[in-house]
Amino acid sequence: MIIAEQKPIPRIVEMLEGHKSMLVVGCRSCVAICLAGGEKEVSILSEALRIESDLKGNGWQVDEVTLERACEKEWVGEMREKVSGHDAIISLACGVGAQVMQELYPDVRVLPGLDTSNMGAPEEQGIYLEKCGGCGDCVLHLTGGICPIARCSKSLLNGPCGGSQNGKCEIDPDVPCGWDQIYHSLERIGRLDLMEVPIPPKDWRRSRSGGPRKIVRKEAVLTPEEKSARGAR
Amino acid sequence: MKLVALTCSFCGYAATDLAGLQGMKYSSDVTIIRLPCTGRLDVKHVLQAVRMGADGVLVVGCLEGNCNYQYGNLEARKRVEQAKGIMKEIGLEPERVEMVNLASNQPWRFVQAVEDMYVKVERMGPSPLNKVRR
Repeated sequence: MIIAEQKPIPRIVEMLEGHKSMLVVGCRSCVAICLAGGEKEVSILSEALRIESDLKGNGWQVDEVTLERACEKEWVGEMREKVSGHDAIISLACGVGAQVMQELYPDVRVLPGLDTSNMGAPEEQGIYLEKCGGCGDCVLHLTGGICPIARCSKSLLNGPCGGSQNGKCEIDPDVPCGWDQIYHSLERIGRLDLMEVPIPPKDWRRSRSGGPRKIVRKEAVLTPEEKSARGAR
Repeated sequence: MKLVALTCSFCGYAATDLAGLQGMKYSSDVTIIRLPCTGRLDVKHVLQAVRMGADGVLVVGCLEGNCNYQYGNLEARKRVEQAKGIMKEIGLEPERVEMVNLASNQPWRFVQAVEDMYVKVERMGPSPLNKVRR
């Protein structure tokens, strides 16, 4: 899932300068799980903005809505009536959701209420850890199910480095060394031999270095005729 | 001064009831709202009370370790802290929101908590929101 956290309220207020009517939009998917942009967070931020408006005499109209999934046009399209009449959308969805909103409502300014951080998972209630580096060329089968791109601070493919001390990373004594974790995971599954297999340099064009990535699943793509018959976008 | 007391039905609300039965006196400026448990408290409720004119908000939960639903009062305390943080961010005194823990047979503690809150809020003056609205 995508992990994000809310921007400080004063920064959101700064972005709202010049706007009068705003719709706070949340998402019930990833950002609800990481307690950053679900229905509850939307209602809290909306209430805080209403107080801010009353305090400063801004006269803001603050409305709220939470979508099932803000990264899909079908769901985002459903709030068209709600968006009408607002001059700004404060997105409490991830950066993907915010962009889909801007795409669907090009005449309304979309402001990011969250800082989108990473692809991770909840470690325990309230603690979220980055798990996947999204490199586009997965090597988890060689690394005991632990991502060296995300979990090693240097994203080393053949670690560990000399900064690994007592299972911790040199960047912070509280950060576990990714390659120490990989070693112990391989040990548990009886595949320490994989530590000896050099992982060749990656083709980073499949990661961020190759520009925006696009995946096309030919079997799912609709022809223009199919699109028009089904009323699809 | 306007105070709002968000009270757990098992302790805080029962204590207010007992305070009434025993003829105890406390500020009439407090509006008491009954919650099934302070675990039901949401940060939004606190902010909403402030926006609607409360100069102070008092959350009254059971003694720690005594929650009928085990952790409700502990969760409420975290939410009160979160609400305080938001109040600070938007320029309101976080001290306008407080939480106390008491038992249903301690009406005097409820009375004391209301009086303490009243004195504190009176010292701070009306909520900046209420000053703006005047």
